[in-house]
Amino acid sequence: MQIKTMAEYAANGENPEVLFWVGCAGSFDQRAQRITKAFAQILDKVAVKFAILGKEEMCTGDPARRSGNEFLFQMMAYNNIQTLNGYGVKKIVTACPHCFNVLKNEYPNLGGQYDVIHHTTFLQQLINEGRVRLKDGGSFKGKKITYHDSCYLGRGNNIYEAPREVLQALDVELVEMKRCRTNGLCCGAGGAQMFKEEEPGTTRINFERAEEALHTGANIIAANCPFCTTMLMDGVKNKEKEDDVKVMDIAEMVAASLAD
Amino acid sequence: MHLIQQIIFIICLGIAIYLFARKTGEIRRNIKLGRDEDLNDNPAQRWRNVLLLALGQKKMFKRPIPAILHFFVYAGFLLINIEVLEILIDGVFGTERVFQSTLGGFYNVVIGFFEILAVLTLVAVISFLVRRNVMKVRRLAMPELDGFPKRDANMILYIEIVLMTMLLIMNSAEGAIRVQEGTGNGFLISGLLTPLFSGVSIKTLLIVQRVCWWGHILGILAFLNYLPYSKHFHIILAFPNAYYLRLRPQGEMANMKEIQNEVLYMMHPELAPAATGEQPAHQRFGAKDVMDLSWKNLLDAYSCTECGRCTASCPANITGKKLSPRKIMMDTRDRLEEVGRNINANKSFVEDGKTLVHDYISVEELRACTTCQACVEACPVGIEPLSIINQLRRYLIMEESNAPQEWNMMSGNIENNMAPWKFSPDDRDKWAEELTAQS
Ligand code: SF4
Ligand code: SF4
Repeated sequence: MQIKTMAEYAANGENPEVLFWVGCAGSFDQRAQRITKAFAQILDKVAVKFAILGKEEMCTGDPARRSGNEFLFQMMAYNNIQTLNGYGVKKIVTACPHCFNVLKNEYPNLGGQYDVIHHTTFLQQLINEGRVRLKDGGSFKGKKITYHDSCYLGRGNNIYEAPREVLQALDVELVEMKRCRTNGLCCGAGGAQMFKEEEPGTTRINFERAEEALHTGANIIAANCPFCTTMLMDGVKNKEKEDDVKVMDIAEMVAASLAD
Repeated sequence: MHLIQQIIFIICLGIAIYLFARKTGEIRRNIKLGRDEDLNDNPAQRWRNVLLLALGQKKMFKRPIPAILHFFVYAGFLLINIEVLEILIDGVFGTERVFQSTLGGFYNVVIGFFEILAVLTLVAVISFLVRRNVMKVRRLAMPELDGFPKRDANMILYIEIVLMTMLLIMNSAEGAIRVQEGTGNGFLISGLLTPLFSGVSIKTLLIVQRVCWWGHILGILAFLNYLPYSKHFHIILAFPNAYYLRLRPQGEMANMKEIQNEVLYMMHPELAPAATGEQPAHQRFGAKDVMDLSWKNLLDAYSCTECGRCTASCPANITGKKLSPRKIMMDTRDRLEEVGRNINANKSFVEDGKTLVHDYISVEELRACTTCQACVEACPVGIEPLSIINQLRRYLIMEESNAPQEWNMMSGNIENNMAPWKFSPDDRDKWAEELTAQS
């Protein structure tokens, strides 16, 4: 399998169908790298012509902006938009809802207009178009699975159904948590909290959320965000349930269910 | 006798309207202390929000029981206003139930309907008192409501009880008079109370009727003037607040054009406007005090019903952190009112050594926010506590360099390694190499 960068496409005078924006977590975090690889494998398998920016990609600036550091955000945005516009990028897919939100909603004001799509929506479309074909009786068939809405995909951008439709396509038994969709509880990572200790309280946000997810009796907690995935895994570990309950990104579930 | 009553009524009405106009004028002035923000685009969508959120109470129905009870009070309030209009006309012109002659037999049906609403309102109001004071529903009994907010909430409920009772007794006394005179029957609900008045002379009944009439209308005028001091101001401000709702996706954070330009000029000095003698005054980055917020944030603060739906869905608050989005709104209003009193006393604002950050809202509260937007989503009147939190955070970081050590490290990493962690930018596509090698 060959993963080409935007620079390589440009050198051949070619354009990819879509740019895969990997994001910092997807690039560096060991757990999130598995999501990145799973998604890239799906794209490769169904022959979506995609590119990455490779070493030219930089942090979108999301955690800087949300912590209050607008200067740093604007610097990152400026550089990224220069790169993206330089390649004439039209369509971007990303597996991180924070990157998705910034690229889709916040870069246009700064001169970066792209057609941005989250990987769960992209997967749903590929399934609907018949490009992604799933195994009959895949490994998740009939399994009890609960789905965690990330804040920036759900409330932030009103995407609640696409990820659920992918799960339905996997034939799982979807059990909802009490706080789901618009009422979904945060995993605790947003707003640059991922990068600092929580303020003193009675418990941690990810513990609270993981407990709620475990309460459904699901074997798998499906997520759509690398930060949620890490946070929820921590929460499951805290309850010493990591042997029974897995936290998986939807892309990983699809990758494991592709028809040959 | 009638003439004297008419004159007294007109004087009371005049005073009530004058006082109300003065206070709302002050509030308007206070809201305009905020920074400009243009929220006039897409009027069609804005009117739709007024219909759905304010008139239709769409978000209230996420919690059906309080929604239905609230709807009784709300519908009662809107419709009984029609009866109040009649009372006002009667009071000013010395007429008696002016609408009766125009509506004829239908009048009794209308009044009967109002009476049903009055009873439903009573039921709802009593349930609210129970929820607040006996059941102590968590979001309605949190310490941030101690003192005035708690008294305020109960006060309004008591006033409602008095008003509705007066209305029913008044109608019932009238019904009793009609029965005794043999000119008709009582109204739908209050008619059930007329047996209570059997044997009471018409003269006494007239007095009862008049006392209740006056009690009811004076109560309403007092209520009107209490509103601007109370969380109940939302019954008016919910409408403009829904109209001026920000229409962008909830996840989108407001852009700071001045910083965008600064970065642009840093990269392209040739684009910077020539440094003429007059440089625009530096506007503080982010918000330190209420005047640094947008006028919409300030309208939000006056529209807050202190219902605590935001706080009940806030992950930080749920897990015991100090942050409470409702408190953010209450603090903003309290500080703005303080600034307003300062202006009343001194003609223009005189530095008082206090600010919204630190004196009202602590750094610890601000730091705990995950920007999850649950508060924004939950608010039935379209308030954005998160918008205020974001602006206060911007002030802390950019003007006070007040950040936890971990955030300084994160920012350093983003600046130097283009990622919030300390990884080498050269390793960014290592996963791709690994994957290529694998297959
Ligand atoms: S955005 Fe912040 S204040 Fe609002 S609910 Fe989420 S954590 Fe709480
Ligand atoms: S901000 Fe909205 S949800 Fe929160 S207390 Fe005020 S009215 Fe209620």
